[in-house]
Amino acid sequence: MAVVRFPGSNCEDETLRAVRRAGGDAFLLDYRSGNLDGAAAVVLPGGFSYGDYLRSGSIARFSPVMAAIREHAAAGGAVLGICNGFQILCEAHLLPGALMHNAGRRFASRPVDLRIERTDTICTGDFEQGEVIRIPQAHGEGRYEATPAVLETLERDNLIVLRYVPVSGSDIPYNPNGSTADIAGICNPAGNVVGFMPHPERLADSALGSEIGMRFFTGLIKRLSGVPT
Amino acid sequence: MKFRVHVRVTPRPGLLDPQGQAVHHALHSLGFSGVEQVRIGKAIEMEVEAADKDKAIAEVRRMCEQLLANPVTEDFVVAVEE
Repeated sequence: MAVVRFPGSNCEDETLRAVRRAGGDAFLLDYRSGNLDGAAAVVLPGGFSYGDYLRSGSIARFSPVMAAIREHAAAGGAVLGICNGFQILCEAHLLPGALMHNAGRRFASRPVDLRIERTDTICTGDFEQGEVIRIPQAHGEGRYEATPAVLETLERDNLIVLRYVPVSGSDIPYNPNGSTADIAGICNPAGNVVGFMPHPERLADSALGSEIGMRFFTGLIKRLSGVPT
Repeated sequence: MKFRVHVRVTPRPGLLDPQGQAVHHALHSLGFSGVEQVRIGKAIEMEVEAADKDKAIAEVRRMCEQLLANPVTEDFVVAVEE
């Protein structure tokens, strides 16, 4: 599995570590690479590629490695974008819509409660349908927006993978960025390109109190090796 | 010929603009109570070498479509300094 490092990425090491802890083979891939070095899956990690200049992800989208990722995605290969990776996938039009400044005008760094809306994507096979999980999130531009036509397609074709959910008695605010339709993550129609704002790699070690985030990576690894989930 | 081109990128009408809202509130606190709405976008200035003005505009419009504006959330206006 390749974890791409763009100038300004800052979650690539945790992501590599999470994949390895989940039992996967992972290596860092430079954004200037013209190919994926044989990787069966690509993860675009979190961070602030190109300083978030212009718009988050707007410049990383033109990195040489993106051409190879586009080809890989078109051939049905697994592509996962986490946080800035999700922003890059949207800017690259590999996923529809855009991520805008949080409605609350603050950088939102806190855990979020999420519902798993689909378990048949490349990375959600190790969850139960409708399962509610809590993992960290940290971003300034995570408010998902799309045209009414795109939103209708997302709902109709069941392309929403993760949604913010209100949990009764919860001690944390729900939908902290004001995303339309509570969308935290989506996938393409084939389900092989997935992007979401939360950071599962930051909760993938029992020393941190939970390893629930690891299940995204174990799910991805099982999918790659053809193990049914 | 060299042209000085101004690009204005603004959030689409109807989309929430948290920056604009924050500045709107700040203006009200300063006593500018007549301000009804504030929208914040980006102004980009560039010097472009092109055969004529129309070609310069067409070129910059392509830049907007590909990079400078996000068609999902933003509108843009291109103007050439005379």
